[in-house]
Amino acid sequence: MLATVPTFALIGIEPRRVDVEVDVRPGLPSFTIVGLGDRSVREARERVAAAIVNSGMKVPQQRITVNLAPAGLHKSGPGFDLAIACGVLAASGVIRPADLAGVAVHGELALSGEVRAARGTLVVAEGAQAHGLEHLLVAPDRLGEANLLDGVTGVPAADLRAVVRVLSGGPPTGTATSSPPGAEPEEADHTGPDLIDVRGHAASLEAVTVAAAGGHNLLLSGPPGTGKTMLARRIPSILPPLGPHEALEVTRIASVAGVATGGRLLRVRPFRAPHHSISSAGLVGGGSIPRPGEVTLAHAGVLFLDELSEFPRGTLEALRQPLEDGRVLVTRGQQSVLFPCRTMLVAATNPCPCGYGGTARCRCTTHEHDRHRRRLSGPLLDRIDLTVRVDRPTAEELAAPPLRTSAAERERVAEARDRQARRLAGTDVLCNAHLDARLLRLHLALDDLAERQLARVYERGLLSARGRHRVLRVARTIADLAASDRVHVPHLLSALALREDTGADEEAA
Amino acid sequence: MTEQNLSLARTLPCDDCTRRAWLVATLAPNLELAWRARRPLRDVLGLADRTLVDCLAGSAADALLKRWEGLDVDAVRATWGAAGGTSVCRHDPRYPERLRTGPDAPAVLFCAGDPRRLRAWLAGPAAGGMPAVAIVGTRRPLPEGAEFARTLGRGLAAAGVTVVSGMAMGIDAAAHAGALDAGGPTVAVLACGPELAYPKSVASVHRQLVAEQLVVSELPPGATPWRWAFPARNRIIAALGGATVVVEATERSGSLITADFAADLGRDIGAAPGRAGSPRTLGSNRLLAQGAAVILEPGDVLDLVCSIDRTSDTPPPVPAGLEPRLQMLLSLLRDGGQPVTQARTPEAAEAARVGLLELELRGLVRRVPGGGHVAAG
Repeated sequence: MLATVPTFALIGIEPRRVDVEVDVRPGLPSFTIVGLGDRSVREARERVAAAIVNSGMKVPQQRITVNLAPAGLHKSGPGFDLAIACGVLAASGVIRPADLAGVAVHGELALSGEVRAARGTLVVAEGAQAHGLEHLLVAPDRLGEANLLDGVTGVPAADLRAVVRVLSGGPPTGTATSSPPGAEPEEADHTGPDLIDVRGHAASLEAVTVAAAGGHNLLLSGPPGTGKTMLARRIPSILPPLGPHEALEVTRIASVAGVATGGRLLRVRPFRAPHHSISSAGLVGGGSIPRPGEVTLAHAGVLFLDELSEFPRGTLEALRQPLEDGRVLVTRGQQSVLFPCRTMLVAATNPCPCGYGGTARCRCTTHEHDRHRRRLSGPLLDRIDLTVRVDRPTAEELAAPPLRTSAAERERVAEARDRQARRLAGTDVLCNAHLDARLLRLHLALDDLAERQLARVYERGLLSARGRHRVLRVARTIADLAASDRVHVPHLLSALALREDTGADEEAA
Repeated sequence: MTEQNLSLARTLPCDDCTRRAWLVATLAPNLELAWRARRPLRDVLGLADRTLVDCLAGSAADALLKRWEGLDVDAVRATWGAAGGTSVCRHDPRYPERLRTGPDAPAVLFCAGDPRRLRAWLAGPAAGGMPAVAIVGTRRPLPEGAEFARTLGRGLAAAGVTVVSGMAMGIDAAAHAGALDAGGPTVAVLACGPELAYPKSVASVHRQLVAEQLVVSELPPGATPWRWAFPARNRIIAALGGATVVVEATERSGSLITADFAADLGRDIGAAPGRAGSPRTLGSNRLLAQGAAVILEPGDVLDLVCSIDRTSDTPPPVPAGLEPRLQMLLSLLRDGGQPVTQARTPEAAEAARVGLLELELRGLVRRVPGGGHVAAG
């Protein structure tokens, strides 16, 4: 007898339909799983058999063949366990095939028969939605994720016995439906760290707002322990709340990566701060079964690289293209997978080896400065529009009231982003940081005085051609923050003052 | 004979000098050994040709002497000529008078750049030329040291004093760059063929020097730098400068060799004072202790070479017509403050940052590595 159970494999963060076909026929008792499963899939045999027996049911003493179709797709992970068990039970007549109609199945099995959660429930729910499957059978603690999408209802089952009961129309078990079905857009909660906790840092706060307003990559340069990380952690709190589409994407990524989502859409922008010992695969994604890297986990949020100069050069190089494109293509022998990664890069570094660069206390030679900068400079710095120094606040500043609050800054940023979105409507660019040369020319609106000023600066050799673009993008953002349609001289000067350290002569040499 | 032929004839070194220069270049590896054996370089380079071969070439001496005797000087001159640049021998009227310091003076001076500048810039006041000053120092200076060398180079060049240095990284390159800022004159003395940009990190300075200024060497085109050649070129730097200024030198710095040579030649020596107790400036401070002139600004060097007494020590004037807010920023910076860091509010920091940018655009402020600003000298 033949039974088919639909489930979904995770290809990156995309679902791919997989039909679990189970055939039970007379013959020498055996249990074979075919269809390019990896070890964790083949081991499902033992888990399924034990789970069925321990649930008080029988594994037919016949020849059992399980095929995971399409047979050409590599499959991995224990998420197929439950589907295989359902298939076996259906093929041996315990479950009526009609009960399985319109039901997708996703979950891992314990030997006791208990249903365990598997990674990527939200992605599987998306697949179910796309294929018109109305029910999704999952472990009880993934019910929230399974219910997030319209048109798909999660069906919780705590163990195999419950699965049989539920499918035959019995009441669902473990009905702790914490969130009602459907994803209602609720007000984003900004419980993350707030700028109101920051004392001093007058010199850096405005740059942080500018970076957030234009989505610009930001470099914080300053001695260790002065608050670079603290400032970076507060950037998500001044970014506009996630839109519904972005929220779904972020939740999907978290779901695939196995980060707990709490069964609801994530509304807080992610903040990821990988340590500098991370590998390139860990940063941009990879592995023999491609998994999202930190840059993808930071999608729509902030990727913070502390001690930028400590990151291996190759790792940073690998980051360049993803930052540019807003997506990563991870290609491994059998498949290539696209991950989104439209993230804002915030990097922190010491200004020089001794850490006191730019102050009288610095005792580094020009040679040491050069070497430090060479470690940093290069392709990645080209993607960083803004550089700002972060210095130690004085005791007086620490005692003073905070200078800015996240709520106020969030409003300014949101307004500036609105202006950008209105101007850029119809293009796939969302903010000034991603303006290419053509769009920049089109939307810059530099006034004549500013134009002349820029020409003067450029002629003096203080800017390279690429640096000029960066400055103009930032100037556009500063004008947006000031609610100005045109970019005037003060906007341009502010942008120039925040330009990156390396002058034109060094880039030319 | 046309004028062109005449000038062509004058560019060629004489036979004896050609042989000598060829010999020194050929003996470069042997000189390296002699240098490592700590033989006094000036004495070795002062030996007559035959003695030099006998002393240095060892077992190959006979063969080398034969080659030296049978040398096709025209062919050698043709090779040098084909490499571009000019060669000027000791008997050429353009050869700098000040360089004739004894038997160790280079037989032929190879130039990249316009050789007419030799006479104008290096002849020395006695021969109706301009004064020249050698500026030397460590290859790995502190930012302030490099900035000061640049200021010296700029100020001296602007005053019409030729800045002579060795185009090494650090102080040398900064002195050249300063002089280039002022449009020259400046002359680099290399330890390799004059057309070779060594070290590579100052290739852009070399390019500019060859195009607009002058680069000289006692080694012919194509010669690679040997270690002995660096102290050897230091003796040329010391000889070409009417005075030698050491900006920043550790106790065992090569620039002290230059100062020694200059002292041997009876030239004036100046040094920029460094922090007491800092090993980075111990060498230059020792010079001061031994009686070198204290150099605090370009004018102090002019005093050395032009022997004019200057007593005023007014701070650099604030340019007229500067807005009050920029004046305040500038004076704060000159007092060692960091206006952006000291700002109390984001708005004030922003204003300070923009103000510094405006000062930078006027050339009154420079950015230093690490993100700070200093007032330009």
